[in-house]
Amino acid sequence: MEPLALTLTAMIAAAAVVAVALPFLRRPHQREQRTPHAQPPQLELLEQRDRTLAALAELEFDHRTGKIADGDYQRLLGPLRREAAEALRLVQVGDRQAVEPKRAAAARRRAAAPVAAKEPR
Amino acid sequence: MALVGRAALIVTLVLLAYAALAGGYAALRGRRRLAESARNALLAGFATTLIASVVLVAAFVRRDFWFAYVAQHSSRQLPLPYTLAGFWSGQAGSLLLWLLVLTGMSSAAVLLNRRLVADVLPWTVPVLASIACFFALVPVVVSSPFATQPAPPNGAGMNVSLQNPYMLAHPPLLYLGYVGLTIPFAFGVAALLSGRTDERWLVASRRWTLASWTFLGVAILLGAKWAYETIGWGGYYAWDPVENAALMPWLASTAFLHSVMVQEKKAMLRVWNVVLVTLAFCLSLFGTFLTRSGVINSVHSFSQSSIGGWFLGFIAIVAAASTALILARLPLLRSRSRLESLASREAAFLYNNLLLVAFALTILWGVAFPLLSQALRGQAMTVGPPYYNFFLRVFGLPLLLLMAVGPLIAWRRASLRSLARSLAWPLLAGLAAGLLLLAGGAGSSPPGLVAYTFSVVVLGAIVLEFVRGTRARKALGAASWPGAFASLVARNRRRYGGYVSHAAVVLLAIGVVGSSAYSASAAARLQPGQTLSVGAYTLRYLGATLHPGRNHDELRAQLAVFRDGKPAGVVAAGKNHYHVEAFFSNAVAIRTDWRRAEDLFVIGDEFHRDGSVDLKLVVNPLVDLIWIAGIVFLLGSLIAMWPDAREQRRLARRTLELEAVAHA
Repeated sequence: MEPLALTLTAMIAAAAVVAVALPFLRRPHQREQRTPHAQPPQLELLEQRDRTLAALAELEFDHRTGKIADGDYQRLLGPLRREAAEALRLVQVGDRQAVEPKRAAAARRRAAAPVAAKEPR
Repeated sequence: MALVGRAALIVTLVLLAYAALAGGYAALRGRRRLAESARNALLAGFATTLIASVVLVAAFVRRDFWFAYVAQHSSRQLPLPYTLAGFWSGQAGSLLLWLLVLTGMSSAAVLLNRRLVADVLPWTVPVLASIACFFALVPVVVSSPFATQPAPPNGAGMNVSLQNPYMLAHPPLLYLGYVGLTIPFAFGVAALLSGRTDERWLVASRRWTLASWTFLGVAILLGAKWAYETIGWGGYYAWDPVENAALMPWLASTAFLHSVMVQEKKAMLRVWNVVLVTLAFCLSLFGTFLTRSGVINSVHSFSQSSIGGWFLGFIAIVAAASTALILARLPLLRSRSRLESLASREAAFLYNNLLLVAFALTILWGVAFPLLSQALRGQAMTVGPPYYNFFLRVFGLPLLLLMAVGPLIAWRRASLRSLARSLAWPLLAGLAAGLLLLAGGAGSSPPGLVAYTFSVVVLGAIVLEFVRGTRARKALGAASWPGAFASLVARNRRRYGGYVSHAAVVLLAIGVVGSSAYSASAAARLQPGQTLSVGAYTLRYLGATLHPGRNHDELRAQLAVFRDGKPAGVVAAGKNHYHVEAFFSNAVAIRTDWRRAEDLFVIGDEFHRDGSVDLKLVVNPLVDLIWIAGIVFLLGSLIAMWPDAREQRRLARRTLELEAVAHA
């Protein structure tokens, strides 16, 4: 056995252990958070909004290039605009639905705070 | 130093096993620090594989025949570039290279996408690590490049077919292509496991698929160029199983690169896209199995080994587990909209996908048929080029036509009148070209004539798209025509990069059709002074020469070339005799006439004691378009791959909006 090879081997193994242990050696800045399992429902709405707006822009450009005839353009534009408006509305509704329970909970906490302070120990 | 290499590989295996198990547990239980530790293990796995690879490369450079692998794949006479290529010329080194590329790409994918798919990455790491674990296990347990022996005075040399400049680039590029397909697969599986099936995994996967697709495409063409210059039969692609092994995942990823657009634009084909990344990955594994197991006789298969069973088992596990996962997650993958019309861009993409996948599966059937017949009947029955050529026409010609229709048809719904108006000029150009070619005698091959006509229609459609788009950009306020053109491409790099890639496919089709349907050949045994003619060429055999070399001797037939009776230089074709390997290889002469766009291909087949030589001549029209297509293909891929700032801004804005809602 070559001493140099053995030393190098030991160094490789030690470096690997350090790399793997590093996240546990660092002092955590914050409480270890768990990754949420569910996909935020707003994400789907935002995707739908972006998709519809991109489709509108593409339709406009294709019409300009002459790929889409005037009749086809008019036929496609109406439903697509309605779809975009609906997507924007759903995003706003989704935002409100996501935010309002949090605001209500915060308001409940604020309302409960003075009462708790007055409670006898 | 073999000890260091061996130890580094064992440490790699341990790290990757830890990354797979700890990463899986962390993802399942949402443990962030454990997930970070698993990610670090994956990154460290790349570092230790790199150390093992450096040890092997150093052994090759020092020609350290104490390493059995180095002794088997190099010699003292072998030039240094080929000595370095010895790293991947055998099975154990190939598997190490595969592991190096896989851990390197996995590390890059994890680091580059840490923001885009932050919540999918905890699942991506264990998936990547599990796959890498298999590739670390094989060189550690089955086929180690670090086995040692009493050093012989000289090595056995390298397979002479590999002693070619194209072979310095072809295998690493092929591996980059094969291995790169692991990344989209891992993102797809991680998205399913995490339940995050939104657009982001698709964006991350698309970039890696595009890169792998480019590597595979260039590698296939370099392999074809190598076959053209080295194997010496006048062709470049023989539907060999190993050639097909690279083509199948390329076709599957081509289908994915098209269908991904339908999901992005219409939220459709969500199941299909996951199936495609799985299919492409499984086919890349199957390709490795074919190349490395030696189960099929091929000019490209350089090893006979016992790893076939391991690979088949792994492919079966991947296919079964992926299918079960897709079925379990079907509710998450339902389409958000449906096909509105059979005459629409998304329908065109669907047809294109069906044709591409059908072609890939047809090739798979052809490749697997000898294996199946061997297993079932005890006799390997092979299918030859006629089978593949038939299906190339059946699927290839409609695909070519779809390349013309697809870009010109609107999303959602297109009236036939509007489509006919868009296609009028390209169709007229194609018709005119077809009639001209017919008048010029191209009717001798009806499929060739149809392919050329379709090719002109596609080129017409591409030119029309660029012209109309530039004109629209100019009308929208671009300062100059070049500015309008640059703005057009910059604003939609994927679309216009894709059109350049389509142009490359057209060049490829023209080259393939020209060189296969309209080639001419002649063969004869010539004494010095005698002549042989083919097409407009006449060659006079001047005599044989022998040039001894350190690595090999060069035996050549010197031939004076005349075209239309006028002298056109001298070419030398013959054989190389490799000393250490005790092997003869062909050394063909290729005279390229760029003005007439044709190659004169000369094979000096056998040299006789009476001074005569068996000579074969082939005139390959338009064959060089195939190599030019490779350059155009690379250009198109680079344009499409270039990061799209608008898309990045859109995704960043979406993330900010989500965070704003979360923190409100």
